[in-house]
Amino acid sequence: MERPALDRINATIRKGIITGLVGPDGAGKTTLIRLMTGLLLPTSGQIKVMGLSTHSSQIHDITGYMPQKFGLYEDLSVLENLDLYADLNGLSVAEKKDAFKRMLAFTSLKPFINRLAGNLSGGMKQKLGLACALLSRPQVLLLDEPTVGVDPLSRRELWTMVQDLTHKGMTVIWSTSYLDEADKCHEVLLLNEGKLLFNGPPEDLTKRMKNRVFQVEVPLKNRRKVLTKLLNLPYVIDGVIQGNKLRLVTSSSLKNSLRHRVPPRFEDAFIDILGGISKGDSILAENFPLKKQTSSSLIKAENLTKRFGNFTAAQDISFTIKRGEIFGLLGPNGAGKSTIFKMLCGLLQPTLGEALISGVNLKTAPAKARSHIGYMAQKFSLYGDLSVEENLNFFSGSYGLQGPYRTKMIDLMVTIFDLHPYLNSNANLLPLGYKQRLALACAVMHEPDVLFLDEPTSGVDPLTRREFWTHINGMVEKGVTIMVTTHFLEEAEYCDRIALIYQGINIATGTPDDLKNMVKTRKMPNPTLEDSFIALIEKQGVQ
Amino acid sequence: MTSFSRQRFMAYLKKESKQILRDPSTMLIAFVLPLLMIFIFGYGVSLDANKIRIGIVMEEMGNEARNLANAFLATPYFDAQTSNDSTSFEEEMTLGRLRAIVTIPQNFSQNLLEEKPSPIQVILDGSEPNTAKFALNYATGVVNNWMAQRAIETKNPSQTTLVNPEPRVWFNAELKSRDVLLPGSIAIIMSLIGTLLTALVVAREWERGTMESIMATPLRVREMLLAKLVPYFLLGLGSMTLCVTISILLFGVPFRGSFFVLFLSTAVFLLASLGQGLLISSTTRNQFVSSQISIMLGFLPAFVLSGFVFEINSMPAPIRALTYIFPPRYFVTILQSTFLSGTLWELILPNLFAMLLIALFFFSVTTYKTTKRLDS
Repeated sequence: MERPALDRINATIRKGIITGLVGPDGAGKTTLIRLMTGLLLPTSGQIKVMGLSTHSSQIHDITGYMPQKFGLYEDLSVLENLDLYADLNGLSVAEKKDAFKRMLAFTSLKPFINRLAGNLSGGMKQKLGLACALLSRPQVLLLDEPTVGVDPLSRRELWTMVQDLTHKGMTVIWSTSYLDEADKCHEVLLLNEGKLLFNGPPEDLTKRMKNRVFQVEVPLKNRRKVLTKLLNLPYVIDGVIQGNKLRLVTSSSLKNSLRHRVPPRFEDAFIDILGGISKGDSILAENFPLKKQTSSSLIKAENLTKRFGNFTAAQDISFTIKRGEIFGLLGPNGAGKSTIFKMLCGLLQPTLGEALISGVNLKTAPAKARSHIGYMAQKFSLYGDLSVEENLNFFSGSYGLQGPYRTKMIDLMVTIFDLHPYLNSNANLLPLGYKQRLALACAVMHEPDVLFLDEPTSGVDPLTRREFWTHINGMVEKGVTIMVTTHFLEEAEYCDRIALIYQGINIATGTPDDLKNMVKTRKMPNPTLEDSFIALIEKQGVQ
Repeated sequence: MTSFSRQRFMAYLKKESKQILRDPSTMLIAFVLPLLMIFIFGYGVSLDANKIRIGIVMEEMGNEARNLANAFLATPYFDAQTSNDSTSFEEEMTLGRLRAIVTIPQNFSQNLLEEKPSPIQVILDGSEPNTAKFALNYATGVVNNWMAQRAIETKNPSQTTLVNPEPRVWFNAELKSRDVLLPGSIAIIMSLIGTLLTALVVAREWERGTMESIMATPLRVREMLLAKLVPYFLLGLGSMTLCVTISILLFGVPFRGSFFVLFLSTAVFLLASLGQGLLISSTTRNQFVSSQISIMLGFLPAFVLSGFVFEINSMPAPIRALTYIFPPRYFVTILQSTFLSGTLWELILPNLFAMLLIALFFFSVTTYKTTKRLDS
């Protein structure tokens, strides 16, 4: 029997506040929202919105709903989209005029009213989607992951806008897989694998972590080793790298080291409920051969430029990456990260410039260069109709593994990633976390020098994410070079260096601390990576 | 009961029309596809056999034999060559370059003069039965003509059969198969286009995620389906006008019925095929699958089961029964009679009624299936 998308949820959502539906992918957030809109009916149990049964079609008169894909018609203009949704909600001509004025001012979309929705940026689409959902002046506003794929700048703006709405008495349900957004909600429903783990103000949950979160400074060079050691202490349940500091969570409060105490976050509590992250060193890394140390650069990008028609996806990108370095590419959706990524692993021909891996030019000797590369794509790109075992067999063969060595490597991957129970199931049917594990397994079987990870942890729960980083850190210690893109700025802290990409241009390169220092002002003496990201993009926008 | 709101309907209709105007693929289906197909049917498909290649083996070179050979050489239906040896012809027939071999035997002229039976041999390529039949008929015709001619010339009427059938063909006096094929092919074209036009529209909204937010508005299912139908209905009428105009003006197909009947039946037929497309689209929710199914269901039954190419009466009973559930069957009948014989209400009405019934069926199922829920 498959597990239900939602399992015996009992909860009440209060009027006039923002309630966050928080949890990793597959937690049941979208299902719960669709139940509230009446687009799905519960298999058992019942749900009422403002006293109305969701069986009734009147439910659509009192709710405003923005689905994950925003629900905009990309071939209609901003104004035509607004017009359509206004008429569908039965607004009169006078009401329409008034509502449009309000919405255009509210979203600052006025200069773009004649632009096709398809040509708007992610942030603007999201605002337009919100405006369309708000036209009917709903009493309940349902937003399904409104901040996915949107840059931090637009995310902040959206939060301000929605907080404004609740001041006017609207009830807002906001679903998100970003746990840091939970702290901004008045109340939270924390979901995991269809189960409700917590219901209440986020502080109530975070409270239990008081005096259990610490930050210690470590030598930059040894931080990964130190983190691995600390994580093996029995009372450390979680730990992450933050530039030249380590952030640690303990299983009980430690009163004697209050000096390094930092305020807890919602995510700490979530991990605590789930029982802490899995311990131990990366078996994957232990089995990796030590890569030769060389001083020369391993990846070199020289003036990489890619044009699609008259659209420049990447312009003049140059950087070098040393052996054993983690290099992060950051930037909003559509900034050109994936394009750069694909040029570096030889999947896209650059229009101008060149890419070298271990000194081998990808243009002239792509096959040779590629044998040094492991690549994990952003979307699940294994064969969904093949079983886990068949996928492992296929990829090991396609990387040229043979004989007993091949068998050994496949067995090793199965052990490391705990794939044994799934060996005969189709890759499509795996839970998300296992899909990602299988994808990583297929990318590292041939022990590559360079590993390209395109958003490897998007949507997975924090425990799986930590596990991934244990492997990555371990492999780096063995001399593997990692190139990674991510939306989680917090995750970017693991990187040795970061390139910030915006509109196809590399607007800043440096260590996470470098980037923070770039935007340090008297007003903002201690910026986070997110602050710095926003400030740098804003600065670029002004130019 | 849910009410019907004119405002919501008009808003959705406006949206749908704008999308059509901005999407070149819809225009492609509505106007370029029928153009392409009518030219293919008009020029490419013909059941007439012109210029059948035959060989004439002359085993003697007497006067009569040469005369008969000349008759074969003169007719436009044959592309004939002569030889006194059959082996090379037999080889060419095996290769499929000749469709028939006519052998004029030794003593042909002599026998004829003596008024003895003087048979000639016709060998036919049976691997193409249709062409073989044509060739035999043409050959018989040539010989009969020649005999009649000869009888007049020699003033010896006893040699011709005294009673000769005088065939007369109705509705298509020249037996030009194009005149029958084109009206039928319009039915095929419209069946494909009608189904394809709507096949993508619902699936597209599912794939782009707009369906979900539309469903969360007060828009009712009936308003949506109707607003999706109207613009494509008008486009379909446009495609029909294009097809009819080209058939009449360019291909010279006669039109003996009334345009009112033509468009009335087109309208009913369009309802059925647009309905079929809508049903496919809202069931699959996937543009690729939907277009595949539409091409299968829009084209194949129309081509095979409509009586357009294959005579329905000569089908086995179960297949014949199957033809009744596909609207092209009725439309082909209406079109062929409207083009070739005029307005015959007693023929048109039952066919119209059948199409209307099928259209109603599609719409009720679509409306029933399109609930405002994601999981049904």
